[in-house]
Amino acid sequence: MAKTKKDGTRLQQLLANDAFVSILVVLLGFLVGTILVALVGRKPSNMYKAIFQAFSGYNLDNGKWNPRYLFESINYAVPFVLCGLSMAFANRVGLFNIGAEGQYVIGMTVAEVIALLGPQIPVLHWLSILIFASLAGAVWGGVCGVMKAKYEVSEVVSTIMLNYTALYLSRIICLQLPGANTFKTANYPKTAMLTNPLFQKFTNNSMLNNGFFFMLFCVILFWFIMEKTSLGYGMRATGFNKEAARASGIPVVKNIALSMAIAGAFAGLGGGIVAVGSFTYGRVISGQDGYGFNGIAVALVGNCTAWGTLAAGYLFGLLKNAQALMQSKNIPKEITFIIQGLIVVFIALRSGLQILNNYLDKKRIQKEASK
Amino acid sequence: MQEYAIQMEGITKTFPGIIANDNVTLDVIKGEVLALLGENGAGKSTLMSILFGAYSADSGTIKINGKVVDIKNPNVATELGIGMVHQHFKLVHNFTVTENIVLGNERTKGGILDPGSAEKRVKALSDGYNLHVDPRALIDDITVGQQQRVEILKVLYKNADIIIFDEPTAVLTPQEIVELLEIIKLLKEEGKTIVLITHKLKEIKAVADRCTVLRRGKVIGTVKVADVSEKDLAEMMVGRAVKFEIEKQPCHRGEKLLEVKDLRVDTALGLPKVHDLSFELYAGEILGIAGVDGNGQSELLQGLTGLLPVQSGSIKLCGKEISGMTIKERIKNGLGYIPEDRQKHGIVKQFSISENSALKDYYTETYADKFGILDFGKMVNVADGLIQDFDIRAGEGSSTPAGSLSGGNQQKVIVAREIYLDPKVLLIAQPTRGLDVGAIEYIRRRILAERDKGMAILLVSFELDEIMNLCDRIATISKGTLVGTYNSGEISEYEIGMMMAGSKKEGDK
Repeated sequence: MAKTKKDGTRLQQLLANDAFVSILVVLLGFLVGTILVALVGRKPSNMYKAIFQAFSGYNLDNGKWNPRYLFESINYAVPFVLCGLSMAFANRVGLFNIGAEGQYVIGMTVAEVIALLGPQIPVLHWLSILIFASLAGAVWGGVCGVMKAKYEVSEVVSTIMLNYTALYLSRIICLQLPGANTFKTANYPKTAMLTNPLFQKFTNNSMLNNGFFFMLFCVILFWFIMEKTSLGYGMRATGFNKEAARASGIPVVKNIALSMAIAGAFAGLGGGIVAVGSFTYGRVISGQDGYGFNGIAVALVGNCTAWGTLAAGYLFGLLKNAQALMQSKNIPKEITFIIQGLIVVFIALRSGLQILNNYLDKKRIQKEASK
Repeated sequence: MQEYAIQMEGITKTFPGIIANDNVTLDVIKGEVLALLGENGAGKSTLMSILFGAYSADSGTIKINGKVVDIKNPNVATELGIGMVHQHFKLVHNFTVTENIVLGNERTKGGILDPGSAEKRVKALSDGYNLHVDPRALIDDITVGQQQRVEILKVLYKNADIIIFDEPTAVLTPQEIVELLEIIKLLKEEGKTIVLITHKLKEIKAVADRCTVLRRGKVIGTVKVADVSEKDLAEMMVGRAVKFEIEKQPCHRGEKLLEVKDLRVDTALGLPKVHDLSFELYAGEILGIAGVDGNGQSELLQGLTGLLPVQSGSIKLCGKEISGMTIKERIKNGLGYIPEDRQKHGIVKQFSISENSALKDYYTETYADKFGILDFGKMVNVADGLIQDFDIRAGEGSSTPAGSLSGGNQQKVIVAREIYLDPKVLLIAQPTRGLDVGAIEYIRRRILAERDKGMAILLVSFELDEIMNLCDRIATISKGTLVGTYNSGEISEYEIGMMMAGSKKEGDK
């Protein structure tokens, strides 16, 4: 069969670019969100003012600048990014990790236990909290990884089940903690918290804390492992074509188990950072925070790459921070959920765009053939 | 004036990125056998799929018996009397022959199935065309050749006048091929019109009246088979002169590198697909394993490479027992493997050529430092060298994704990688399946060159020609065990055919 040249139109080249498609999808989500706001009779401009304030700290209505908003958005992004990395990492190895939520909860629980019961040594206290939160998440994810690798247990099923196990286990444990009632424990000692005085000074007392550095570190670690090391190479090969990887001697079983453990560690760290970064007391949770599930969307929008997930996670954090501002401007805060939902729906359009691309390709070849 | 059974005029069909059929015109005279010849990917199957209603053409018209028709789906084709014998049989294995034939077309008496009348009709058809198929036999219990006859009966049962055979001999032993050709002749005598899709020239010479040659989606010409030689046909197909035989240096046998003894490999379901299988393989020789597809070839190779666990027996590579080793250890010890299913086991389509060429040794010093950080520049360098050496045609050099290469170039990437790793023993399965003639010639020459350098090569192929041409010794596999090993030249194609079918010959070496 005659192969034709590989030079499509400009549009086709753009459609073949994943980053472009992601941006297009986000814009589409905002466009439809804007129309919805207009339809219910509110001013879409207010929505964008709120988002702009969450992005830059400027209040366009009175011209005042408050950096707290800006950094609050970044702080909100931290768990989104980490749970997104969890989903993305497993996804690159060909797994669908729906368990970020459970891994996050377990990380949070372990963080609370150590925060209240651990030795109160400065720095070492919160550092050990984050390390053990990551390890707990790694175990929680790794269990599913080992079951998948050794016994072909679907990771989708096992991670969902462990989400619920994590939730109720967390309640049981946290209720035993000092000063616990049905929704909170005693306050943390100062040494447990991630507060960064420098950040507080510069950001007008935002919640941004040391967890931010750990998130950045994880993004870089993700990128480095995946793109630069032999471990990541083997994992990508496993994700793309498990059979060929196996036939080439790549340790597929190890890669699958390990990738779920690493994924779990990202989400567990997220749980730890939220526990001792955003709160001053341990929470006895009765429902899921939803960061784990939003992480799926974050990873999908970010194409499961490190930097893409960072950008998408920031977008989700931005929208979350903008919610309160929207309410003060008479925009229902639920519009942010609608926009997030629309973005996920439009992400599914990716394959639709591929079909469009194929169609354009076909038209072009027909034209060439008829010459 | 000749009467045409099929007239396809100006058929064009495009797929994303390719033109499968480019303004193809095909006429089939009533009652003739027309061969449709072309290399893999020339557009034969697409054309016939359009005729059978599986695809719709972008443009062009189809006339059946002089009338313009619109074949929207295979049911329309069946109503028009067109039947297709598929390359991959579509049979339910735990059903009887009759049940398979009436499937979707069951006769009932008062709402209750009436197998009796159908069985009678199947019997009558089977006898009428000398097909010798027992209507009550289970598909599982009959041979592949007979399964194919069931497919033919299916078509006849639906009163087809035009029968399309899609590569019908690919899965048959030489004897079965002879019988099939007889059946085709008989069908023709009974007035059926037959289209035979094939790339085997011998068969065309044996049964076809005319031959239409396709190359790269275009009709090159239609010839009377009696007027041309096999060589002429081959040249029309490929578009240049072809050499049939490969020049081969005499074999210099070295030390024993691989010794397999009483090997048993089970499938995932626990069926012994390979049992009591033993052979030895020496440096500098090619041992061929001939046999019909499905007689344990895949399981043998998977057992040797470690993809399937070995139940019992031993595999010694250079004197070292490897049957308990992981796949990685076996590769490290010098076992190379060119797999049968290249897209499944051989390459990662999303990876570039350079990444694919490092697939088996990416973690070694060649590419990685002691912290496991990869040197992608080195990968590119190695791949660039291989692209040069092996004449791999890639649009964007070593950064081309392997998935966008043609089948022949994908295979070259795999062959290049395996030869670059310089294994002591190389296992090769179906190295040239689905490739064009140029790539076939090239890959065969490379295999021979490695043999001359002292590599021990095990070649598994369903193409008897390939085995006969390349191998120094030929073993035949049947029902999971080797039934005879001979030096090349000591055994004829016919004798191998007999062994493929399971009859053992005395006095093997």
